[in-house]
Order: sequence, then C-alpha cells, then structure tokens
Amino acid sequence: MNFVYERFLGGKSGAIAIGILALLILVVLPLALDLFRLNLVGKYLTYAFAAVSLVLLWGYGGILSLGQGIFFGLGGYAMAMFLKLEASDPESTSIQTTPGIPDFMDWNQLTELPWFWVPFESFTFTLLAILLVPSIFAFIIGYSMFKRRVGGVYFAIITQVIAVILTVLIVGQQGFTGGINGITDLKTLNGWDIREDSSKYILYFINAFLLLGVIMVSKFILTSKFGQLLLAMKDKEDRVRFSGYDVSNFKIFVFCVSAVIAAIGGAMFTLQVGFMSPSFVGIVPSIEMVIFAAVGGRMSLIGVVYGTLLVNAGKTAFSETFPELWLFLMGGLFIAVVMFFPNGLAGIYNKYGPKVKFLRPLFSKSEKAETTTESAKIEADATTEGAK
Amino acid sequence: MGEFSIQELTSILAMQGFAGISLFSVLLLMALGLAIIFGQMGVINMAHGEFMAMGAYTTYLLSVVTQTYFPEFMNYYFLVAIVASFLVAGLFGYITEFVLIRHLYKRPLDTLLATWGLSLIMQQSFRSIFGAREVSPTLPDWLMGSWMPTDTIFIPINGMFVLGLTIVVTLGVYILMFRSTWGLNVRATTQNRVMSGAVGINTKQVDRLTFALGCGIAGIAGAAFTTIASTGPTSGSLYIVDTFMVVVFGGAASLFGTIASAFTIAQAQSILEFFISGSMAKVFTLLALVIILMMRPEGLFSIKVRK
Repeated sequence: MNFVYERFLGGKSGAIAIGILALLILVVLPLALDLFRLNLVGKYLTYAFAAVSLVLLWGYGGILSLGQGIFFGLGGYAMAMFLKLEASDPESTSIQTTPGIPDFMDWNQLTELPWFWVPFESFTFTLLAILLVPSIFAFIIGYSMFKRRVGGVYFAIITQVIAVILTVLIVGQQGFTGGINGITDLKTLNGWDIREDSSKYILYFINAFLLLGVIMVSKFILTSKFGQLLLAMKDKEDRVRFSGYDVSNFKIFVFCVSAVIAAIGGAMFTLQVGFMSPSFVGIVPSIEMVIFAAVGGRMSLIGVVYGTLLVNAGKTAFSETFPELWLFLMGGLFIAVVMFFPNGLAGIYNKYGPKVKFLRPLFSKSEKAETTTESAKIEADATTEGAK
Repeated sequence: MGEFSIQELTSILAMQGFAGISLFSVLLLMALGLAIIFGQMGVINMAHGEFMAMGAYTTYLLSVVTQTYFPEFMNYYFLVAIVASFLVAGLFGYITEFVLIRHLYKRPLDTLLATWGLSLIMQQSFRSIFGAREVSPTLPDWLMGSWMPTDTIFIPINGMFVLGLTIVVTLGVYILMFRSTWGLNVRATTQNRVMSGAVGINTKQVDRLTFALGCGIAGIAGAAFTTIASTGPTSGSLYIVDTFMVVVFGGAASLFGTIASAFTIAQAQSILEFFISGSMAKVFTLLALVIILMMRPEGLFSIKVRK
C-alpha cells in the first residue's frame, strides 16, 4: 500500500492533488454541467492525454515533439475505422453500389474493402492497434533519430513535417480515409449505441478514469529511476552518456510511451465526439497540445489537465462570442507563457501556494524545497539572456 | 504517356521545369532569410511565413496607392515595392528581436512557441486589416505575358523576373555575409559569442541586425510571391514547413546548400506534380526528405562542427 502511495500518487501532496482533480472531474463537473457541456469537457480531457504525454516527453525528457497530433490521430483513426465498419453493415448501406463498405469508399468508386481496413472488423485487433501502431510508429521515428543523436530543434521540425505528411496523405487519399471530412456517422460500439445520453455519461467516466490511470502510471514512471535519468539527460546529456547509459534507448522508450498515451486520448476522442478528421492530426492541433502543456506547467502531470481545460474553455467561450479576438489571445498566451511563466499554472501554484495560509498544509517541507529549487532553476534559465 | 509526341513531352518538361523554377525562386528567397536566422543565429522563427506575407501585403498596398493617386507611375511602383517590403518586414523584425527574441536565445524550443504565438497574432492582424479574402496587386504591364522560344513552349515573364530577383538577392546576401566586415562580425558572433564580444563586436547589435536582415529578405520574398500567386492571411504559413525543410536539408549554415536544396525540392515537387496528384507529390517529396535527413541529419552540405 505504501508503495502505491509513494510511487503512483507521489506522496502526500501528490495524493491530495490527484484527489482534488478526481473530485473535480468525477463529481463536481458531472453534477454542475448539463450533458452538452459535460461532453465538451470530455472532449477536452481527451486532449489532456496528449498534454500528459508531453509532460513525460518534453517537460522531463526535454524532447519537444510537434507531432503528438500524429499519435492522437492514429489512435482516433483506428477506433473510427472499427466503428465505421460496424456502422456500414450491408443492411444499412444497401442503397450503395457496393453495400457493406463505408459510404465514402462507395462515393469514391471503391468496390472492395482495402486490405488494411479488413482487420479492423475485430474489436480486439482494434484495441491492440490503438496501442501498438502508434508505439511502432514512434519507435521507427525515435530509433532513426535518437540513434543518430538528432535532437532538440531538428526533432521538433521533423516530427512536424511527419504530421504534415500524414495530414496531406489523409486528405489526398479520400477513398481510403474519408478525406478532409474524416470518418463520420459513427453509431455503435459492439452493438452499444454511443450516441445516446446514457452512453455519453458512461464514456465520460471511462475517459476520466483512464486519464487518472494514465497520470498515475506516468507518475510511477517519473518517480522511478528512469524518471531520474530522464531529468539528468535533459540537463546534462553527455554526462549521462559518459556514465555508461545508452541515452538514445531511454529517449526512444519515453517517445513510445508518450505516443501510446496520446493515442488513447485519440481513441477516446472518437468515441465521445463521434467522428475523426485530419484537422486533429496536423501542425495546428499538435502545437495546440504543446500550448496546453505549457500553460498547465510542463513539469506537472496534474497541472497540464487544468491547463488543457482552461485553454479549451477559453477557446470555446471566445470563439462563440469574439472569434477574431481568440487568435490574438491565443498568440498572446503563447508569448506570455514562454516569456513570463515557463512553469505555467503549476509553477505559479508552487511559487505562491506556500504563501497562502490555507494551502500551506498541502506542501510538505522537503517537497517544498525541491519544487522551489526546480522552478527557481527554470526561471533562472528564463531570465538570463544573451550569451550562449 | 502514349498520347504525347516527343516534342510535346519536351515542351511540357521545359514548362513544368520552369514552373519548378518559379517555386524554387520563392522557396529560396524565403529560405535565405531563414537560413540567416535559423542557420546563423539558431533561432527558430515560426513567424517567418508571416514576414513574407507582410512583404506581400506591403506590395499590394503600394499598388493600390499608386493606382489611386499616381497612375502614371504604375510601371515603376513594383521596384519601389520590393525595397519597401524589405524595409517594412526588416523594421518589424528589428522590433520583434528587441521585444521578444533576445530574451529567448538560450531556449530555442521556447522561441519556437513564442514565434508561433507571434505568427497567430500576425495572421489575425492581416485578416482584420485586409480581410479574409485573398488579394493581389495590379502588376505593371511589363511583368505580364510570356516569352515563346518555340511554338509550344510558354515561359511566363513574371517567372523570369522573380528568378532574376532571386539571383540578385542571393548574390547580395553572399557578398554581405562572406565579403563584408559586417558579415564577418555576424559569423564571428555565431561561432563564439563571448570572444566576439571580447574583441569589440557589439554582439547584441549584430543579433538585432541579423534578425532584421533575415526578416527583410522574407519581405522581398513576399513581394516576389505576389507576382505568381495571390496573398491571403495564411499564405505565409503554407510555406513555412517547406522552408524549414529547405534550410535543414541544405545544411543549416551553408548558403550553397540552401540553394541546392531549394532547387532539388522545388524541381522534385513540380515535376512529380505532373505525373501524380499534387498532394501525393508533396507527400513523396517530404517523405524522401525525412528519410534522407534520418540517414544524414546534418543535411546535404554542412560545416563540420565538433560537439
């Protein structure tokens, strides 16, 4: 029990933070919001998976991937392919030239299900694909880049280009992928109607529990020796290498883990929102995922969930009322976070939290010292300018 | 290819090749600015495309002003517009460096995020000022029409003009960076900032001017861009990924590499476009680049640096 408490929750303050988050997304929000708004929150929480994956990869590993949308999309598309095949049974598609294949294939004069769609008729295969396809893809990218010691800026640019390639490919190959509209009209999951109100509630809770689970697993990874090495690698890569560790293997591993986490988010997105399209794969969504993480605090697994919720709530509120203003605000947010709050919301909380009286019990002494030195270090980096 | 005769096929190849040269010119002009900013300074400027759009909008604005107030100067305004685009984008780049970039030299990944934010703000500003619709300036008569070396080949004059402009700018950059004292200062600063400061180079001033120069060249790219396509608020962002690929593929610090890589990418894309759909041409070109870069991360031509 003590092991679980220390490693999965992260001690007293970690357990309290997870408890508060669980209370918020499992009790407060479902009670306070109507189904439409709750479904929106559910959608935001799927982005939070991507943000959590970036805490591991970027916050601790120091590897900025501008291609988390790739993995979010792979997971989402895998789930969408399964649901689409289930929705396109021969009966409901009998008006098509070729009944039994998805409608967009029929519109594009395909007469047969393409080979890579066939296995997605099995639910077990789909679940495996959601976990394995992104990690294999991430392994290939990671292996070829990290083994050659490509990192930093170049890695960011190349992942971005891969996101572009995937988007252009999906949009261009309409007959196989549904093109720019994506895969729509998804109905049932193994006969269970995902469009009904009750299913939306159930999916929301599944999603919330999965997110909490992913956060705890990530916490476990970060509190292990591996997490320590990750941080060491970020600060002094060469020193870790000279100590006899194979740095690239650690990087590949964390990249694969982050890919799987993002893919789970993508799959849950498809289930809750009811479609998947290339607009969740490319450059813009990928960079938005980075901003969610940056706003929440790139070093905080819990903070990024709040960051994601906050930015998305702001986006929805503003784009309903002042769509022009939103881009200004979003742009300003990018600049402000980078220039003034490199640790995001979590950084502000850790800095000013101990000074607020009723929050003080949340900060245990040793941890306080630790967090302040950590954030002080990043802020020192932030404020020193000039010389390389 | 059965339905084409040999002569037609050569003509198509020549014209498609020239279309590639127009793309090459714009890509190279964009990439030259980025090669200075990214290659020399190590700053990832995601707003580079927006600086290009700024140049394009400057040209558009000048064309409207000339048409309304000085219609007799329509033939010459374009040359003024090129200089104006350079100055406007350069000045804005100078300010950007002062306000934003100089605080972030130590954190390249954060520069990426901050400049992305800047690009969002600039895009929205373009949309608010010039509207969401694409605009194009009225081009002077001498830029219109095409040159026909044979009956079946049409070479557009604006394409040749852009090519000429690109050659002039490239030569200018070469002389400035490799044959002038200022260029020497820039290269010295990049290689060893502390020592450069110690021998009396004002490194902060050098940074600011280098960034401004890169942005100014993006502005010229924008002016050139207006002759071959119309400008919208997001025009710049369409080219940013390709431009980064040009610079990375060419080898970040090499001028010759940038030229060679812009040429390869543009030609590969426009010749492939004739045989397969445009989107697949882009997929194959980018995929090939990614694979080559995975095998040769330092790019085509690179200066050996000990790490």
